Amino acid sequence: MKRYIARHVVDLPKSGIRDFFEIVAKMEDVISLGIGEPDFDTPWHIREAAIYALEKGKTHYTSNLGLLELRRAISRYVEQHYAVAYRPEDEIIVTVGVSEAIDLALRALLNPGDAVLYHEPCYVSYHPSVTLAHGVALPVATRAEDGFALNAEDLARAWRPGCKILMMNLPCNPTGGTCDRARLEKIARFAVEKDLIVLSDEIYSELVYDQAHTSIAVFPGMRERTIFLHGFSKAFAMTGFRIGYACGPAELVEAMMKVHQYSMLCAPILSQEAAIEALLRGEDAMKAMREQYHRRRDLVVRRLNAAGLACHRPGGAFYAFPNVGATGLSERDFAYGLLAAEKVAVVPGTAFGPGGAGFVRASYATGYESLIEACDRIDRYVQGLAKR
Amino acid sequence: MNPVLRLLIEGGHLTTTQMAQVAGLSEAEVNRHLEQLKQEKVFLGWRPVLDLSREDAAAVRAVIEVKITPERGGGFNRLADRLSRFPEVESCYLMSGAYDLLIFVTGPSLQKVAGFVSEKLSTLEGVLSTSTHFMLRSYKEGGYLIDVPPETSGRLKVAP
Repeated sequence: MKRYIARHVVDLPKSGIRDFFEIVAKMEDVISLGIGEPDFDTPWHIREAAIYALEKGKTHYTSNLGLLELRRAISRYVEQHYAVAYRPEDEIIVTVGVSEAIDLALRALLNPGDAVLYHEPCYVSYHPSVTLAHGVALPVATRAEDGFALNAEDLARAWRPGCKILMMNLPCNPTGGTCDRARLEKIARFAVEKDLIVLSDEIYSELVYDQAHTSIAVFPGMRERTIFLHGFSKAFAMTGFRIGYACGPAELVEAMMKVHQYSMLCAPILSQEAAIEALLRGEDAMKAMREQYHRRRDLVVRRLNAAGLACHRPGGAFYAFPNVGATGLSERDFAYGLLAAEKVAVVPGTAFGPGGAGFVRASYATGYESLIEACDRIDRYVQGLAKR
Repeated sequence: MNPVLRLLIEGGHLTTTQMAQVAGLSEAEVNRHLEQLKQEKVFLGWRPVLDLSREDAAAVRAVIEVKITPERGGGFNRLADRLSRFPEVESCYLMSGAYDLLIFVTGPSLQKVAGFVSEKLSTLEGVLSTSTHFMLRSYKEGGYLIDVPPETSGRLKVAP
């Protein structure tokens, strides 16, 4: 049957996380630090709003751009938290998660062969999304010694004629890396100089622990070349609702809307209703969750370093990204060995690109007790390796 | 805020060893914080959360609204304190509104609780009236839902 399948899909590698998932799924009693979503269930008032919407017969299509009430709420939220104003009428589109928004933006903007700069290690779908939109993916390495921040100098080195888009995810899955204002400003100047459109995936931006989050859209000349991507999955623990949004210049949003209207039509109305509730009344629950993530981060980073796995202090998201090089094992052998010996699942860093070699991703979106137990087991595993 | 108090308010059920890890303190420091909270009478003590409406718990609980006469100088405090000393009284609060004190009472049987109300509570000087409501069933107790099927995490074991 393979001859029927499009060439660029045949050539697409399987997600590196998939094989690992198959093995973990068959095991009992695993403490998984391999999960890229909050452990908290969606706050009850948000779930209740979705139930209420269903009871009220909110079961129909919405406008392609999404419910105007939701876009208004998004506009207020983004202006208040990110200091960039977008018109609800034509500068905001509601999507099925940020994943769809990325896909829409890439499909709306790329001509075959256009290149996309992005930092790596990165979220598993970045490279494939570019390929599926017939673009060329140009990864730029980020480094542990920088806390996996992105540097304009590295971008400039990777740049070549034909680059059209810079795709960023800060704070970053899997590294937890963030960028301070100074670094971001340099990146902004680079984007202006090279006339790039910036897709800024800020899905983890509420979950920062050391310094306030800054969106690249705030710098001079950036609003008109930035597509700000955000959603509800992480901050409001709403992954399964599949609801996100993109904000940007009206013409770009219009182009994304064209692709969206012919492929998705609109995001599910119940998720949109739940999202309104999240924006209007979800802030307290979000802050309570953030406080827990903050403490868990400090706990996990301290324990991993104490165990002998060098781990930078990630500024955001809910991932630690320790280097396992000191054990003498590759990231893959470490992850498989830890799973077999101690039943703790962490994801080999190479699932997030070749730059993840030597690292594993340990998600701390797990309750304190499991987290402490997992750290104890990792510690025991590493000490055991040292004795061999 | 005291880091240990913060964890206690969150309502988890961590041991002091676990609290130490979470707060980034030594166990001795956690115990010192707990001791200090005790001295400040913020932290009063540990208690299990039980569903007392279960048959095997053999306990009857009631909420009693009490109207009392405030006294010159002491207000409601002297009488509230006196009421609170009965071991049957689990909690006692001064309320705004239609009555003055709200008392939570637990006893081994309906008769025992009724006896407490008629013989001890309502005969106290200063108690004007009582209104007793027996609890029939619990749906949530101390933050725990009762009679809901155990929640199984629907999370995938590994996800991007």
